Amino acid sequence: MTQSLLSVEGLHVRFHTTKGVVEAVRGISFEVGREKLGIVGESGSGKTMTGRSVLRLVRPPGEVVARRMTFDGVDLIGLSEVDMREIRGRRIAMVMQDPKFSLNPVMTVGSQIAEAYLVHHKVPAAQARQRTLDMLAAVKIRDPERVYGLYPHECSGGMGQCIMIAMMLIPDPDLLIADEPTSALDVTVQMQVLAILDDLVTQRGMGLMFISHDLNLVASFCDRVVIMYAGRIVETCRASELQNARHPYTRGLLASLPRIDRPVGDLSVLSRDPAWRDGPVFVDGEMRS
Amino acid sequence: MIEVENLTVTFGEGASAIRAVRGASFRVEQGETFGLVGESGSGKSTVLRALSGLNPDWTGAMKVDGQVLGQKRSKAFHKLVQMVFQDPYGSLHPRHTVDHVLAEPLAIHGMGDVDRRVETALAEVGLGPSFRFRYPHQLSGGQRQRVAIARALVLEPKVLLLDEPTSSLDVSVQAEILNLLQRLKRERGLTFMLVTHNLAVVAHMCDRLAVMNAGRIVEEMSVDELRRGAARHAYTLQLLNASLGYDRSKARELVTFE
Repeated sequence: MTQSLLSVEGLHVRFHTTKGVVEAVRGISFEVGREKLGIVGESGSGKTMTGRSVLRLVRPPGEVVARRMTFDGVDLIGLSEVDMREIRGRRIAMVMQDPKFSLNPVMTVGSQIAEAYLVHHKVPAAQARQRTLDMLAAVKIRDPERVYGLYPHECSGGMGQCIMIAMMLIPDPDLLIADEPTSALDVTVQMQVLAILDDLVTQRGMGLMFISHDLNLVASFCDRVVIMYAGRIVETCRASELQNARHPYTRGLLASLPRIDRPVGDLSVLSRDPAWRDGPVFVDGEMRS
Repeated sequence: MIEVENLTVTFGEGASAIRAVRGASFRVEQGETFGLVGESGSGKSTVLRALSGLNPDWTGAMKVDGQVLGQKRSKAFHKLVQMVFQDPYGSLHPRHTVDHVLAEPLAIHGMGDVDRRVETALAEVGLGPSFRFRYPHQLSGGQRQRVAIARALVLEPKVLLLDEPTSSLDVSVQAEILNLLQRLKRERGLTFMLVTHNLAVVAHMCDRLAVMNAGRIVEEMSVDELRRGAARHAYTLQLLNASLGYDRSKARELVTFE
């Protein structure tokens, strides 16, 4: 990992409900450099909440507490809401999981993307439009002129995801948090969109937090992987070493995958051990308690 | 068990007509699992929907268990062929209990012994009797998909049409559901038709598969050929390649097939 871009220590996300406190994220620490960091876990493991809390997007009654959270030398915890707005979108952007709920339904997708650019750059509208068209073409939208004028309900799920990615990349952020950004895309389009993100990381030094539940994809695409279980990071390793992961949860997830190359009979089913909630964790194959 | 000859499905009319399926033909033998793979918009789900009677506008010829299928389906057909949908959140009525969901097909088909049948159906998909009077919102995604499978099986059909049955589930839950389907197939001698874009799931579940692109079946192959990567059509090769994981150099070589 090259120099650290985002550094998080002791992050907790809690929800106060009528049935008591639910802790979605339980004291995690991690760093993101100018690299592709994969965050893997099942639904409810806290991976989305981790991404949202970096951008201060956890809504009340949710509560975010961290010992330390710095981005490129800036203390994110002490930042005023006005200063946070300068960072959110411009320097740290997040691609949300579901484009249907993240896009404005009564605005054309083109004007939404152009708006994302104009908020952070003082340029004429025509220039913003041209940037938008270029961006749509870059994320493999086939007919950018036509798609510019479409409303979100006229777009397919896959197109929506590409549009969200275009909107988040157009302000040229330093860190992109992508929550299942390619789950609705066909494998070939997925590969092309990942290539764009890959180039931004390797050529321009962007940092990428790639939230996903697709282990094979993360293993082949990312540099490092953190595995989350019940709100904790239970394992951290190099993506190329994921097959040799040591935590029983990670091993269980890997074993439950069907394989193309050979028949496996019955798939192994994960039996969850209550001890995993607070048990030892693994960093690069070494056990830490 | 299933014979489909030159199936064509068209949506819309005139200049804006879209031919979603163009002359698809295939056969599925009794007791076999046949996979249909392809990308979104390739027509794979439309084939399944036409077969199940959900898309009445089609041309060609289809037979199930020796019976020629018309545009409208008889009650007997639905007792023979049942379907499991992709989205367990959307395919169960939010205000019907599990008991209601499972008893309704029995009432429609005039099958008696409802209590026993509902309980057996739940037990077979690994849900205890405590689930019987729950509502869908009280169930996890995997449990909902189990209920959807129980609903399909309660009529004791011979053919199950599966439309992406695990694509909205976590991988560990996917493993449980795939194991469940395999066990039910062994015990009941079912015939499966499985639509998915996940080649690993197809390799795990199927005996043979057909690859669809832009409404056509471009290739039919055995699962052994799939495992060996012995595809003949360039589109299948590309799909197979892309499914093996991300590779920067591969991304450059991708082409669009029409």
